[in-house]
Amino acid sequence: MSDSLGKPAGRAAPKKLDRRRFLSDTAKTGCAVLLTGLGLGAYASKSAALPVQALRPPGARSEDVFLGTCVRCGLCVRDCPYGTLKLATLGDDVLIGTPYFTARDVPCEMCEDIPCVAACPTGALNPDLGDIDDARMGLAALINQETCLNFQGLRCEVCYRECPLIGEAITLELRHNQRSGKHALFIPTVHSDSCTGCGKCERVCVLPEAAIKVLPANIAMGQSAEHYRWGWEEKERAHKSLVKPDPRHRYNLPEGIGYDNEGVGLIQDKTQLPEPFPENPLDSLNQGSKERP
Amino acid sequence: MSTLSKTTDNQRNWWLRQRWLLLRRMSQFAVLALFLLGPLAGIWLIKGSLNSSLTLGVLPLTDPFILIQSWLAGRQFGTQALLGALIVTGFYFLVGGRVYCAWVCPVNVVTDTAHWLRNRLGLRGNTRIQANTRYWLLGASMLLALLTGIAAWELVNPVSTLQRGLLFGMGTSWLLILAVFLFDLAVSRRGWCGHLCPMGAFYSLLGKYSPLRIRADGRDACDKCMDCFDVCPEPQVIRPALFGKKDGTGPLINEANCTNCGRCIDVCSKEVFSFGTRFNNKQSFGPEQAGINPSTEFKAEQFKQKEARI
Repeated sequence: MSDSLGKPAGRAAPKKLDRRRFLSDTAKTGCAVLLTGLGLGAYASKSAALPVQALRPPGARSEDVFLGTCVRCGLCVRDCPYGTLKLATLGDDVLIGTPYFTARDVPCEMCEDIPCVAACPTGALNPDLGDIDDARMGLAALINQETCLNFQGLRCEVCYRECPLIGEAITLELRHNQRSGKHALFIPTVHSDSCTGCGKCERVCVLPEAAIKVLPANIAMGQSAEHYRWGWEEKERAHKSLVKPDPRHRYNLPEGIGYDNEGVGLIQDKTQLPEPFPENPLDSLNQGSKERP
Repeated sequence: MSTLSKTTDNQRNWWLRQRWLLLRRMSQFAVLALFLLGPLAGIWLIKGSLNSSLTLGVLPLTDPFILIQSWLAGRQFGTQALLGALIVTGFYFLVGGRVYCAWVCPVNVVTDTAHWLRNRLGLRGNTRIQANTRYWLLGASMLLALLTGIAAWELVNPVSTLQRGLLFGMGTSWLLILAVFLFDLAVSRRGWCGHLCPMGAFYSLLGKYSPLRIRADGRDACDKCMDCFDVCPEPQVIRPALFGKKDGTGPLINEANCTNCGRCIDVCSKEVFSFGTRFNNKQSFGPEQAGINPSTEFKAEQFKQKEARI
């Protein structure tokens, strides 16, 4: 009897303490874990931003999908035959453990069999990328015309020569050299429909700091408004001009001056040009008004 | 205290007293060496890292912990990763989930070293952390993956960070490892692996019903020297099996947190412990049917003191 009475009393005291302790411990642990989680979440969303000069391997899916899919195993790094790819470590700005490359250091050599994509176990590098020319690791942009040698009228064009898609991803566009008045500028021009972002052009730029750089496409590219129509393109598509020819000009032209609608513009007949300043200043003001209907 | 426990009549030779520890270290370094053979010697038996690897070009292995985070982040993944995760899951289910912690994980070497040094220096400071904090962190890491869309725990996971650092270049990642080392050394006893690591918690759950287990079949011979409690990284797992005879608990160490490290087998001079299966967990199993070794009173007191400390 005394035993059965004593037992509950004996148990009740530690039980109460245990519960209090359990609750406080649980609350402490919960708060600590919550804080850790919040910090980690903030860190995660902050470090998810990829620095513009860090390029993902070919076939990498859009950055947010890539970060969720990549398991940071390094298999792509191992199978890259040129040592292009590296894994980010704690000190890098790139999210830790994920593969990237820096074009100016070691660009992508665009292997035909794309071993890095074949090595990816998760599909963070899209296995559907069959042709390396379809890769879009970034987009080259000649971002500094002031220092680019070709813009100064020189014939450097190393970026053009080294481009794996020479004549497609980078072309040389001729322009008049106004400085010399008689030479041409060979302007390296990147075409977004062909450029893979391999980074060779940036790697080989002869300047101490490359004038052509590979950037994420959304940064390197502008965007044309949807409603814009280029007249010359529309003309080509329609096989004729979409606007009516100009009617004959009926402007109040000075004597001896005509206008050619076919594109020549103003025509001066030098021989018939009258004295520019008549004796009577009013004549000058009324010039041509008599012919008006 | 230690002199008391080490004075037991130990007839077992050096190998018997160290074998599981040595085998375990060999396993840990062999795994690392296999991975390092490629980058250091150009012999590519295994490519990749513990997160995901390819052995001999055919056998894919993927860490299910990170793949589940990836899945929660709302991503689809290739068959190679999925197959690798299934193989790893199956393997650790069979041999015990936390065999990963004790026999493979490189951080275990770091924290074991910290623990050894802690004992050598006689550091007593111990911040009490609930052992189930790791499960909270496991839940948090899963929730974070769900909310942020990336495997957020991988940003700070010392396991993958250390191994990746050794294989691919450390950068400043060693700071993280140093933090774990110092935490275990000076802040909390067995703090990281025994209380916080959500990866260990994940593998605990994975191996909750693993057939391979440590058993205290010889528990009747126990003289309560407490050596096993001293060396065990998860001391709480031993008690029910070792002292449970009077409550009707079987001799099986049926705790998911047991790492199957086998160190208790090494240190027990009475050969109480052995590897076995989870089956046949009858109460009266063992060579001797005698009661608990009639130890002296002071031994029981020592036992209580040690217990309180742990």
